[in-house]
Amino acid sequence: MKISYYPGCTLKTKAKNLDKAAVASLEALGIEVEEIDRWNCCGAVYSLTADDLIHMVGPVRNLIRAKEQGADKLVTLCSMCYNTLARANKLMREDEVKRDTINRFMDDEIDYAGEVEVVHYLSLLEEQVGWEKLKEQVKVPLTDLKVGTYYGCTLQRPAEVGIEPFGSFELMSGMLTALGAEVVPFTAADKCCGSYQVLGSAPGENTAAANILNTANSVGIEALASSCPLCEYNLGKQQKQMLAREKISSSVPTYYFTQLLAVALGLDTEVCHFELNDDQSLEMLKSKNCLAAA
Amino acid sequence: MTLKMNAGTSSLESIKNINELSGENVKLCMQCATCSGMCPMTEEMDYGPRKVMHMAQFGLKEKLADINTYWKCASCHACTVKCPRGIDIAKVMEALRQQTLRTGKNKIEPSQMSAETIAELPQIAMVAGFRKLTS
Repeated sequence: MKISYYPGCTLKTKAKNLDKAAVASLEALGIEVEEIDRWNCCGAVYSLTADDLIHMVGPVRNLIRAKEQGADKLVTLCSMCYNTLARANKLMREDEVKRDTINRFMDDEIDYAGEVEVVHYLSLLEEQVGWEKLKEQVKVPLTDLKVGTYYGCTLQRPAEVGIEPFGSFELMSGMLTALGAEVVPFTAADKCCGSYQVLGSAPGENTAAANILNTANSVGIEALASSCPLCEYNLGKQQKQMLAREKISSSVPTYYFTQLLAVALGLDTEVCHFELNDDQSLEMLKSKNCLAAA
Repeated sequence: MTLKMNAGTSSLESIKNINELSGENVKLCMQCATCSGMCPMTEEMDYGPRKVMHMAQFGLKEKLADINTYWKCASCHACTVKCPRGIDIAKVMEALRQQTLRTGKNKIEPSQMSAETIAELPQIAMVAGFRKLTS
């Protein structure tokens, strides 16, 4: 079985810490993926109006690239990319009329009918490795680290493309438990961080993000794991401003789940690019002795 | 909240337009307010989604054009997954945004953003934000 990999635009620059840690971890676990050729932006959000087909061209073109590679699956990491690609794929599978229009519009490309399956990294990890086997591969268990699994919105919603049912957090919890961490449930795990609304609000004024951090704090979460560069920006990068404006009472280190995976697998911390996180993220792992001896 | 409903404020054309753009039927809403309970952005909205659904059902075009609800919506689909009537409310909010955006008006002006903000924001924030808030 061949698996293509779609990184997406943010993962090559500002979210390198999501991408590099993920790719290195797959390599360490012996899962081979191939980055697709000439990928383009997925559009970040799925178009919700019934008559808008032009915004399907971006995601569908990426799916065609994967089909050209002969892939059975296309794995992706960023929650927004996953959602957009999976929904576009569903449309191409199920809506004959729209599929035909899109295929004819892209007459320079091969026809596409949803042949490739879009999967999220967490689903792939469970399917290809499984939590029992992952546990055996752990070199530096994340012992004593109280982690919150922050899914946000686009990993689970809408239900037709959700990596698991709304209200269930088994995949990330399964992974983190296998890594030796203590998963602490919290009620804001699937609350939206405010997403693109950050464009219209002053730094640190995002109430949705502040509510999530305050909820995480109230149950003693020491590390928040996410899968989305926009969640990381709203929850992680904006924390200092939220503290300054007293929107949150204390800080919570944030991570991409792939960073925690790479750290537990004992990989070189360079692949985790912690310089892109807030300083407190690396400090927390150091204080818990979760880093492999250099 | 008192809303005036008469031939002058209620537009059948508006109801038809919202339904066509969203692919949903706003008349199915039974005003249970589960959407408003689920919405993470209500603190910043002048009306919660339940009230906006009511306005949409009666085609209160001018009132709808005047409120910030759908501009504050983050398309997180929390309302959609819990709607007992099966309405994809996120699509209704998108239709309301599009009604304005398709007249060539922008909600935010990309040219007004500072170079520092642009340098700092992740690409997906800008791509998603411009898709939702500019024409």
